[in-house]
Amino acid sequence: MREYTERIREAAKRLLSEQRVDTVIGFRRGTVPFMNEPFLVKSVDQVDQLYWDSNCGINLANYLPKRTDRVAVVAKGCDSRNIVVHLLENQIKRDQLYILGAPCRGMVDKRRMMADLKGKEPLHAEENGKEIKVSGRGFQVTFDRQTYLQSNCAICTHRNPVVYDELLGDPVEEQQGVDRYPDVRRIEAMSVDERWRYFQELIAPCIRCYACRNACPLCYCPTCFVDESRPQWVGKTIDPTDTLTFHFLRAYHVAGRCTDCGSCERACPVGIEVRKFTKKLEKEVKELYGYEAGVTPDQRPPLDTFKPGDPEPFIK
Amino acid sequence: MSEWEPKIVAFLCNWCSYGAADLAGVSRLQYPANIRIIRVPCSGRVNPKFILAAFRSGADGVWVSGCHPGDCHYIEGNLYARRKFALLNSQLEYTGIVEPGRLHFSWISSAEATKFAEVARGVIDAVKAAGPARHFIKKQAEVA
Repeated sequence: MREYTERIREAAKRLLSEQRVDTVIGFRRGTVPFMNEPFLVKSVDQVDQLYWDSNCGINLANYLPKRTDRVAVVAKGCDSRNIVVHLLENQIKRDQLYILGAPCRGMVDKRRMMADLKGKEPLHAEENGKEIKVSGRGFQVTFDRQTYLQSNCAICTHRNPVVYDELLGDPVEEQQGVDRYPDVRRIEAMSVDERWRYFQELIAPCIRCYACRNACPLCYCPTCFVDESRPQWVGKTIDPTDTLTFHFLRAYHVAGRCTDCGSCERACPVGIEVRKFTKKLEKEVKELYGYEAGVTPDQRPPLDTFKPGDPEPFIK
Repeated sequence: MSEWEPKIVAFLCNWCSYGAADLAGVSRLQYPANIRIIRVPCSGRVNPKFILAAFRSGADGVWVSGCHPGDCHYIEGNLYARRKFALLNSQLEYTGIVEPGRLHFSWISSAEATKFAEVARGVIDAVKAAGPARHFIKKQAEVA
């Protein structure tokens, strides 16, 4: 994926110098390995800081809602789906956007690599196609890229952007025959008490920092439900009930809109698998309404519409 | 101590189920007194936050009732609500917040007083079978 770096810089230089856009949203290298940071380029002399490798998991669609300038944005498959959601929800206009589509082979999970380094501090990481070479003081390790993919990337079925103005590379082969919901089925098979305990343990480390919310491109409400105080429907403490209410409603808010980009999980400082909440809803939406978020630009989101014969087996 | 009686919060649409409850009363139809009615303008007004808040405050059951599909006073409020509740219902059971039998939905028109009394009895029986709420109750700070 490193080869995109040059293409992104070239495109950014062209778009900015021709004044096609005012801002280019991409990534630049972070100060430590595995941590690239989102970067908003506003002038041609910053263009050479743009960068691309397997640590660009943050969803750049998060920087688009309610922008008034013309922007170019680098978009992986999931980012582009979130851009479609933004377009459907009138958060930005298509003619403001210039989408640099990045066919993606998945981003890597920094947390698992760090765990396998067992406390050794990586100082330098270099990747080539299939491998990631990590070195630090007195050690060198090679990780297989495929085994360390982010969990949502491993089951991704939309690696190529769905909307774009220009592609940064040839489309990649989509993963075929992926089972997206083994974990959901495993939880569904539990008894209700087991499920309750499972989710209690899952969210036990939560510190209510709202990083999952802030990293999510779908969370752009002017006042988030967790910040409402009159009336206050969601308690602000780290009481397990309040925390579960937060996680439940966050997942419910993104029902039928979530593209499973994994930003929430990536952003969590305590490593909670918050996608466990959203994936069940994704599965339900697919089964009940046959909808996949951000894939079709002309279909309203499932909770924004209805059909006369929607299933209602639970209603008396 | 007397036998445990469940507390059930019922969100009833002003234009149908609330009228049905009224008609049930006028018609002297009998059903146990476990439900606490909250009148809402439409089943579409019922936000998932309300249902969670009811459970968090100790309700043993929640019942949401609105107009039959196609009969909404606001044309389509209950049709949006139906999709909302379908996802809410499955997610609440999935996370173990609500055991089967605690959360109920129904369509009852303002003429269906008999159905109202029947469903009310059904809801109360189901919640009784589920027992006192255990999972999702916020413990209040003890005041010395």
